[in-house]
Amino acid sequence: MGGKIFAVIVIVIALLSAVPIINHTFMGANVAPPEDISTHGASIDKQLDETMLEAGLSFLAAQLVLGFFVWQFGGRKDGAIKNFPGGAKYLVIAAVLLVGLEAIALGAIGTKAWATVYFQAPGADAMPIQVQAGQFAFYFRYPGPDGKFGQLHPEKIDEGNANYFGLDPENDVAARDDVTSGELVVPVNKEIHLLMHAKDVGHSFYVRELRIQQDFVPGLDLALHFTATKVGKYEIVCTQLCGLGHYNMKAYLSVMTQDDFDKWLKTQDQ
Amino acid sequence: MQASKPCIATLIAVLSPALLFGGTISGKVTYTGTPAKQKVIDMSKEPSCAKQHATPVMTEGVVTGPNNALANVVVYISAGGDDPNPPAQAVTFTQKGCQYGPHVLAMHTGQELDVVNADQTSHNIHPLAKVNREWNKSQPPGTPPLKDKWDQPEVIEVKCNIHPWMHGWFVVLKTNHYSVSGENGSFTLPNLPPGKYTITAWHEPDGKQTQDVTITGNETKTVDFSFALKPY
Repeated sequence: MGGKIFAVIVIVIALLSAVPIINHTFMGANVAPPEDISTHGASIDKQLDETMLEAGLSFLAAQLVLGFFVWQFGGRKDGAIKNFPGGAKYLVIAAVLLVGLEAIALGAIGTKAWATVYFQAPGADAMPIQVQAGQFAFYFRYPGPDGKFGQLHPEKIDEGNANYFGLDPENDVAARDDVTSGELVVPVNKEIHLLMHAKDVGHSFYVRELRIQQDFVPGLDLALHFTATKVGKYEIVCTQLCGLGHYNMKAYLSVMTQDDFDKWLKTQDQ
Repeated sequence: MQASKPCIATLIAVLSPALLFGGTISGKVTYTGTPAKQKVIDMSKEPSCAKQHATPVMTEGVVTGPNNALANVVVYISAGGDDPNPPAQAVTFTQKGCQYGPHVLAMHTGQELDVVNADQTSHNIHPLAKVNREWNKSQPPGTPPLKDKWDQPEVIEVKCNIHPWMHGWFVVLKTNHYSVSGENGSFTLPNLPPGKYTITAWHEPDGKQTQDVTITGNETKTVDFSFALKPY
């Protein structure tokens, strides 16, 4: 009798637990991720939905099987333990293969979403913008009218005089027209090639509406590309604990029409 | 008894120059060449500070005025005018609108320094002292002023560990005879007893210049300084 009650409890808990996981896919706005403003975000959202649905159903199936066995055998008092036919070895191998295949399948399918951001090169007309993460602010740099970024000289970084990147305009002509900003301003529907580096420690670039989260690793030049599809102002936050002021490390992403962007760029200091 | 102390101090301050010291050194700090352009500080990431400024905030590395006047230059007596004791009055360094005010703060060794946070955000003030002991202190909004003092004379760069654009200077001196030039570039060092003095002018990107001056009696001597500035 005790085994039957326990089996019912297991199944009820399983059903209750599976509901929110499976519903992630079907419940819509209640649990939906924030608005997606990128061209690649839909494939990432779809992948997340599929993963949640598949994981939820697998979880539910496993719990139901567990419940069945508890119902069937939970009340036995004779103490006899039967071996699985042929021994447990083949069952374990089968389980490992099944779970392994599932993980590999998810990875293979998910690569499509991942690859659009990480494996494909940006288009030839993508706009390069550099982002530097440092304790505790992001700074962005545009190459200016000459289309060339000036060289970086870490020893020339002088934040009190707004030289956040360590440019050398005295000797480096390409650096003179570079525009630096504390806000990432981009034209809408234009592919952006974001060139990332860290000034000091590890940081992360996260814009939930863009479905992008990428760590900065000191010493590595990393790159991302994205196209924002909706005009608006969004928050960029650092999601890698980077020190005392981490809580305050953020910037804003302003997506503008091409006209507004051109006007904005002209008003910037060079 | 407490209330009468400032009165006596004021009385002494008013009377002593007239009674004892008559010498004054005054002058103007100017520049030649092209000063570096002041740049706009983007503090959009800290909206509580950004909204305090109606006009764009500019960097203060080089601040100039009309007629080639140069501001934020500390002019002080570096030899011949040491004062053994600091003034009883504290000096105040304020963090407001995510900027330091004043940009350059001069003080005497041992003089009390009050650091005030007038903002709605936390600051972490970090004086990059090399001779004195270096420290940094966090100051959430609404907390009372931090109090400190410096034991050794030193020019100390000050930054905020939370807001990278915040930048200022402490100029710690052995003398009470100092003046920080304003946008008209002028400075005055009053109440000097007769004697030989070395006057030093310090400017943030250019370092120090000195001139020797001798004061005899009740005179006013004019000493001007000129810094050659570069655009970059």
